Amino acid sequence: MSSKEPLSTPEKTTGLHIGEALPGVKKVDPILIVDKVSKDFGGLRAVDVDHLEIPRNAITALIGPNGAGKTTLFNLLTGFDKPDTGTWEFDGSKLAGIPAFKVAQLGEVRTFQLTKALSLLTVLENMKLGAKEQKGEKLLYSLVPALWKKQEKLIEQKALEILSRFKLAEKKDDFAASLSGGQRKLLEMARALMIDPTLVMLDEPMAGVNPALTESLLEHILNLKDQGLTVLFIEHDMHMVRHIADWVVVMAEGKVVAEGPPDKVMKEQAVVDAYLGSHQDVDLGVVTGRIKK
Amino acid sequence: MNDTPVVQITDLVAGYLPGVNILNGANLVANQGELIGIIGPNGAGKSTLLKSIFGQVKVRSGLVKLNGEDITNLKAEKLVSRGVGYVPQNNNVFPSLTIEENFQMGVYQKPALFAERLEFVISLFVELKDRLKQRAGSLSGGERQMVAMGRALMMDPKVLLLDEPSAGLSPVRQDEAFIRVSEINKAGVTTIMVEQNARRCLQIADRGYVLDQGKDAYTGTGRELLNDPKVIGLYLGTLGA
Amino acid sequence: MDWLIILSNTAGSMLSPITMAFALAALGLAVHFGFAGLLNFGVAGFMAIGAYGYVISILTFGFPWWAAILVSIGASIIFAIILGIPTLRLRGDYLAIVTIAAAEIVRLLFLTTAFTPVTGSALGLSGYHNSFRGANPFEWDGKRGFGPWTYTATEFWVLVIGLIMITVSLLFVWRLVKSPWGRVIKGIREDEDAVRALGKNVFAYKMQALIIGGILGALGGVMMVLPSSVLPASFVTALTFFVWTALLLGGAATVFGPVLGAVLFWILQAFLANLLPALSDIGLLGGINNQQAAIMRFILIGAGLMLLVIYRPQGILGDKKELTFVK
Repeated sequence: MSSKEPLSTPEKTTGLHIGEALPGVKKVDPILIVDKVSKDFGGLRAVDVDHLEIPRNAITALIGPNGAGKTTLFNLLTGFDKPDTGTWEFDGSKLAGIPAFKVAQLGEVRTFQLTKALSLLTVLENMKLGAKEQKGEKLLYSLVPALWKKQEKLIEQKALEILSRFKLAEKKDDFAASLSGGQRKLLEMARALMIDPTLVMLDEPMAGVNPALTESLLEHILNLKDQGLTVLFIEHDMHMVRHIADWVVVMAEGKVVAEGPPDKVMKEQAVVDAYLGSHQDVDLGVVTGRIKK
Repeated sequence: MNDTPVVQITDLVAGYLPGVNILNGANLVANQGELIGIIGPNGAGKSTLLKSIFGQVKVRSGLVKLNGEDITNLKAEKLVSRGVGYVPQNNNVFPSLTIEENFQMGVYQKPALFAERLEFVISLFVELKDRLKQRAGSLSGGERQMVAMGRALMMDPKVLLLDEPSAGLSPVRQDEAFIRVSEINKAGVTTIMVEQNARRCLQIADRGYVLDQGKDAYTGTGRELLNDPKVIGLYLGTLGA
Repeated sequence: MDWLIILSNTAGSMLSPITMAFALAALGLAVHFGFAGLLNFGVAGFMAIGAYGYVISILTFGFPWWAAILVSIGASIIFAIILGIPTLRLRGDYLAIVTIAAAEIVRLLFLTTAFTPVTGSALGLSGYHNSFRGANPFEWDGKRGFGPWTYTATEFWVLVIGLIMITVSLLFVWRLVKSPWGRVIKGIREDEDAVRALGKNVFAYKMQALIIGGILGALGGVMMVLPSSVLPASFVTALTFFVWTALLLGGAATVFGPVLGAVLFWILQAFLANLLPALSDIGLLGGINNQQAAIMRFILIGAGLMLLVIYRPQGILGDKKELTFVK
């Protein structure tokens, strides 16, 4: 196999913000608007976001040190946790107080840091579970197969189509437990697409995934943007962020401390000191003196 | 100095569930003073390889030798007294104990060593010097890493086994963790580290093994592997080159 | 030792009302635990509600037998809702604790002398069979059948109704489990949050499972009291654990496992109830007497339950991958 070509940098979406790129800056076409959302755990203020807007049909990265409140913010925005204060709007609908399952039905879908591929179901069953149109999921309808068999066929077709895009089609009848970690991440992402979301929120999608597989995952995320979806993801892998993110939001200690296009944000001194480190693009062999460069 | 490798693994077959093998004939050699990196895809058996050195998984065939002595399937407490230091990925400190107490736990089998070893560990982790009475549960992820490594070093181990020391850390803390591991190794501790951050791991490793489907698929010096097109294509990826 | 009598009694127990009652209750518990992952330790409570609901509707309100069965079903639905609303949002262990308490509360309500006119308290109730027996299409004198399986026309009518209930229930549960509804429930058993993130109302599904399993438990209770009388002492916590044993024996996450488990459980019970006293009579069990020997079977059943959970939690028909408690 010949030497692999480096990935070509995708075309970034620009012109997303109005005015200077500071924390809380307004966006031209926001899909999610967050206002004064806060959450305390014990004495600790885990999230304290004054104002945040996520641009539609773009890929936004949410970065920051551990404990900055990123996953907590995800949980609050998707109804998996209740904030102490604040409101937020998704595509014009106010979401405060709406339970997690309704938020998902409205089109805002999330994945989890620790993959939740349902191991006791097959890959295909996992996918079918994501569909929202299956009447047979209602108790009374389920008793009469004639009422839901046709929908099941349509859903299966859709599932197979998505699975082949993610190169998981031949595993369709295997239990999800038999997939590798990276394949389970793919399955979780593919399954989330069955629900036809408008906003896909990915919590550390690359965590624990082999770097070579990461590249194909990135392609899938970029495809989502091409299909008109909006993506918001939490990540620690800066190479990935720089490669696909159109916009970067930096959180620290519960607050949004910086926002902007990746190149600009990742050069800000405060961000470098607290999060990125000064050795980002340097070979550690040189830093530790093991290699003379 | 003799030529016997500190750790030698030959044709190892091991697994957790009956009938399912994770390792299918893996080999590894770690010589005195080396920093060995183990990388590879998920499910390849990296953590399992480390656990088999520490008696945490049933070895079904093959040998694990420590300085020439057969230690295959020995229980963990015997391995600690023979000089194997193991730092697991999660739950690696006692959160209700102080940092100092965690270190005391590390030298539990030979308490007389405590003072001398504490001095050594503090010299490596200077940031912890004034915080010895702090509860380990109140530390951040990166700080807990330091305490976990320090605890394993308290027994003056012949070999230090690290399971994904950079996992879950932010980029700046990851770099610190790798630099720290390099320092520990430079102080004379033979080290074997399993890592998901393949690039960083190979940048500081003397030699590396790429594990795939339970076998060592590629091996070479850290630099050789970093620049090998096959390894790049299959494991490292081209981002961040 | 008369082996003929021992074996004959054992065989007869395969088709007895109590076996059928257990089959229904275990099927309900399979829906709760095997499929939805709900830890119900109040099976006896559902059965008591079904039993007393049936009898009291007849004796106090004068309903015909089939309407009384509908009342039992209705009462169990209300009971399930009352149990579920506070607990289904909490961790599974809380449902377990609450169900044990709820079952005991139910039993004590039927035991207390405060309601004696309606419940008969400790002496229970009897003499409610006219409507049921009046509807019996079978008429013969004495016993008919062969071998150990001979019945009077009344006994036979009870068995027929039992078999009808079991068949309909099996079909119902089978359909459910194979449907998209069943798929959602299976997902919920493994990871609620994942299913919530896919837009499903997890609370509603759990409540539905609780209700369905509860109805089956209530029908089990009706089967228990169809033959003769109802007593609060029948619905002690031990009943719950016997049903659990039957369920785990057959296979908790299967549709036919509960029925198989119930039959095997009662065959074993009958066998030991006949064998042990016979053994003690010929002196093989040390010096213990007849009655003590009979009671010994409960010790053996308890030990059997422990061994099942440790060594074969998936039961006879189950798949080890689907149901294991050992990590």
